[in-house]
Amino acid sequence: MIVAQQKPVEDIAQMIADCKKVLFVGCAGCVTVCLAGGEKETEVLASAMRIKRNLENNPLEATTFTCTRQCDPEYIVPLDNLVKDVDAIVSLACGVGVQYLAERFKDKWVVPALDTKFIGGSVTHGNWEEKCGLCGDCILHRTGGICPIIRCSKSILNGPCGGSQYGKCEVSKDVDCAWQLIYDRMKALGKLDKLMEFQPPKDWSKSRDGGPRKAIREDVMID
Amino acid sequence: MKNLSKLQQILDSGQFAVTAEIGPPKHSSAEGIRHHAEMMRDYVDATNITDNQTAIVRLSSIAAGVHVLNCGIEPIVQMTCRDRNRIAMQSDLMGAYSLGMRNVLCLSGDHQKFGNHPTSKNVYDIDSMQLIYYLRRMRDEKLFFSGEEIKEHEPRFFIGAVANPFADPFEFRVDRLEKKVEAGAQFIQTQCIFDMERFERFMEMVRERGIDERVHILAGVTPMKSWRAAKYIQNNVSGMIVPDELVERLKNAEDPKREGVDICIEQIKYIKENVKGVHGVHVMAIAWEEVVPEIVERSGLYPRPKVG
Repeated sequence: MIVAQQKPVEDIAQMIADCKKVLFVGCAGCVTVCLAGGEKETEVLASAMRIKRNLENNPLEATTFTCTRQCDPEYIVPLDNLVKDVDAIVSLACGVGVQYLAERFKDKWVVPALDTKFIGGSVTHGNWEEKCGLCGDCILHRTGGICPIIRCSKSILNGPCGGSQYGKCEVSKDVDCAWQLIYDRMKALGKLDKLMEFQPPKDWSKSRDGGPRKAIREDVMID
Repeated sequence: MKNLSKLQQILDSGQFAVTAEIGPPKHSSAEGIRHHAEMMRDYVDATNITDNQTAIVRLSSIAAGVHVLNCGIEPIVQMTCRDRNRIAMQSDLMGAYSLGMRNVLCLSGDHQKFGNHPTSKNVYDIDSMQLIYYLRRMRDEKLFFSGEEIKEHEPRFFIGAVANPFADPFEFRVDRLEKKVEAGAQFIQTQCIFDMERFERFMEMVRERGIDERVHILAGVTPMKSWRAAKYIQNNVSGMIVPDELVERLKNAEDPKREGVDICIEQIKYIKENVKGVHGVHVMAIAWEEVVPEIVERSGLYPRPKVG
């Protein structure tokens, strides 16, 4: 899932400082699961903004709505009636949702309440970790199911570099060396010889370096 | 312009080589570089020029290489994978070759977190293994990294790489060294050796597999200025091992700098006499280039061989 975190309340307040009426839009997708922008967080943020503005003698009219998903045009249609008289829309979705709202509501000021961090999963409750670098050309079958693209600080394909020690990355003692994990797993699986194969440079054009990517499935297209 | 690397000629003829290191300054004057080069000239066969070491912005390694060459000493240009993509690497290295540089050392590079621009973006378009492989192919098959033909004047570098016997996983370090040799590495400079016992175990595995017969391994040594420096490395530098005895010896010394130099000389003599498969020594006197001639001389490695 996409993991996001809410911006500091002060920063969000600053973005809507000159607005009198604001719609806060949550998303029931990934950001609900990572407790950043679901229905509950949307209500809490709207309340926080109302209270803050009341204390500043500058009341804010804050309304809320949570979409099934903000990354699908059909699920933001219900907002049409809710945005009419607002000065701004605060999106509690990932960066995709913010852009979908901005695209649909061309005359509205749309601002993000979250920082979209990474795609990953939960480790324990309240603790999420990045696991995939979205490189567009998966190599997990060559690295024992551990991604060096995002879990190695240098994205090294023929690792580990000389900074790996005691299982940790040179960058921090809190970061596991992905290549130590790969080595341990390949050794346990009796596949160390695979790591002696020269891995050629990656085709980064399949990643973000090729410009915005598209995925086309003609077989499921309508018309 | 001569085509063969002097370092390569010395190593290939079976002589024990000596290389050192010059760290370019954090400004744009070459005065210090020239001073260090002139001082080292008669004492080393070639000198590394570090490439923005520890990710701190410094005068370019290739530009510094020109100053070093002009002082009559052979440079080993360091090229990290951190700051350049494959286009910039090829362009810079062809430029370096055109300026007379013949040796290149391929390495990953320290993460930018450790430098003076920790918020910068790292590149790592290709890794050190791939850089070695493609530079070898550039020379031997006259191909750009992409596979396109180089019609004429391909760069013909003597290709170096690094090995770190003190990083983990220990056994895999020998595998990875072999992988670098397979990729095209002709000489290897190791990380600074302080833990001699571990280095000897590493070399034992290297010899068992005959890797020392396929590549020239230069043992990396570093003179320590103080016990605090040793302690700092022990606690803070990933991929280095400093035994407690070394820290204690420096701590108890009347003149720690002298002691640091003595330890370094003892290490060189020990390696040369006892560790088979080592073809030279790489003296990394970090921010202490002045001490290199004394170390070389007192280690019995002076005068250096003349190459025609």
